[in-house]
Amino acid sequence: MNIARRLLITVPYAWLVALFLVPFLIVLKISLSDYAISIPPYAPTLELEEGWSGFRDFWVGLDFENFVFLSEDSLYIKAYWSSLKIALLATFLTLLIGFPFAYAIANAPQEWRPSLLLLIILPFWTSFLIRIYALIGIISNEGFLNQFLIWTGITSEPLVIMNTNTAVYIGIVYTYLPFMVLPIYSTLEKLDGSLLEAAQDLGCTRTSAFWSVTIHLAKPGIIAGCFLVFIPALGEFVIPSLLGGSHTLMIGKVLWEEFFSNRDWPLASAVAVILLLVLIIPIILFQRNEQKQREQNK
Amino acid sequence: MRKPSWFNVVSLTLGFAFLYIPIVILVIFSFNESKLVSVWGGFSTKWYGELMQNEAFLDAAWVTLKVGVISSTIATVLGTMAAFVLVRAGRFRGRTLFSGMIYAPLVMPEVITGLSLLLLFIAVGMDRGVTTIVLAHATFSMCYVSVVVSSRMATFDESLEEAALDLGCTPWDAFKSVTLPIIAPAVASGWLLAFTLSLDDLVIASFTAGPSATTLPIKIYSSVRLGVSPEINALSTLIIGLVTIGVLVASVTSKRAIQKQKRDELLAEH
Repeated sequence: MNIARRLLITVPYAWLVALFLVPFLIVLKISLSDYAISIPPYAPTLELEEGWSGFRDFWVGLDFENFVFLSEDSLYIKAYWSSLKIALLATFLTLLIGFPFAYAIANAPQEWRPSLLLLIILPFWTSFLIRIYALIGIISNEGFLNQFLIWTGITSEPLVIMNTNTAVYIGIVYTYLPFMVLPIYSTLEKLDGSLLEAAQDLGCTRTSAFWSVTIHLAKPGIIAGCFLVFIPALGEFVIPSLLGGSHTLMIGKVLWEEFFSNRDWPLASAVAVILLLVLIIPIILFQRNEQKQREQNK
Repeated sequence: MRKPSWFNVVSLTLGFAFLYIPIVILVIFSFNESKLVSVWGGFSTKWYGELMQNEAFLDAAWVTLKVGVISSTIATVLGTMAAFVLVRAGRFRGRTLFSGMIYAPLVMPEVITGLSLLLLFIAVGMDRGVTTIVLAHATFSMCYVSVVVSSRMATFDESLEEAALDLGCTPWDAFKSVTLPIIAPAVASGWLLAFTLSLDDLVIASFTAGPSATTLPIKIYSSVRLGVSPEINALSTLIIGLVTIGVLVASVTSKRAIQKQKRDELLAEH
């Protein structure tokens, strides 16, 4: 092995170990510590100067108390459940809106498609925070939507959407829509129109041809899109904190408040560890789906 | 070509309306004379003027720009190296861990990344400020860069590089004159992606920023929490304008680069 190759591997490797792996191990360790009124606000801390006995004291001081607390306090269990529920339903809604959208782009005239795709990608590059801010201008009580509804006489009272879970759903669909549209589009684009004709020639109705050919072939894209929305939505912080109400429980928000408002670092770390455990299954399923698609493309 | 059906036309119209109406309204109301964000009081650019005099925003913009440029440059170098390791280095001990560490940050919730980095910086006794945000951003951006660059490298003909080596190039020369020009568009779009990710990040920056350094998203977030204000509309319009121009320029240049590459390949075949 020559020096250049070793250097090429070592530099990014060391960087990731130091700034990704080690920090995560620290979270794991602090999640087993106890809250303490000190700087830093947890105990035990590892006293390397005291040698072996310092290490032993440190080791004995670690326990699963925070996890026991999390599993007993209904607030946290509710927060995990409600995050799962919100993320699942929001993913489904995004699929409902995203699929026809992707389908329409894939069926648009060839020369339009690059521009339409650019129009989908553009909001994805525009700041996430700004798009949520833009949404507030639409759905708030004095917002554009309510002005419109009152002006047309559909309602006389403003619809209260802001600071409710509905606003959180709208926010997730709005900001994550490109993540759903792009993978579905890329599978639909490759779809061979003659397959649909063949299905119809063989006696399928248009609807059944659509279900058994189009949907079936678009499945990898649909699955990828759903995971790309579900995984980040589950740990979302900005959307529930800006659009949701005080009763909107999402785990990302709970973690943030536990850390910044209550300054309970060990508990915040335990919340993070559990969130990651909840995410591992969808992440593995997502990777498998990607792998399968790569193999099929070969 | 099939004629566009009414269903497709309706989905396209509704879809794009949903995506763009909020942004268009935000831009329009940044030119509103009135302080009320939802009532039109005549055209004015006064909020842009006030923005330019708001020291706090200008400071935050400067910090954000600095963090963005430095972190995305580091991320591009590290990410390109990592892409080489993933595609070219073959087997080595710890390879699985390495690719895991490249892909994991892409799906890691931001709150966890932010929390873990903050706890690291505290454990090693680093003062929080521009440096810590740069380190944090470079770390998660390098993973995105390496994904972009390695997908380009996977389709790249290695024999070109071998030919250069056979013709007497040193490995470094071969890299500079053969490999780099081919992967350059991917490296450039990786840098751009890293830069926008850094510009955009609120959660990780909130964890890793100290009192001495506030980025623009942190500033925007704390004022949005207090309610909508025309100044934020003006600031958002400026950012949207810059990003739009950047993306359009990048997509046109990359289209040209691809066309040129195709032409060159055609010429080389004849």
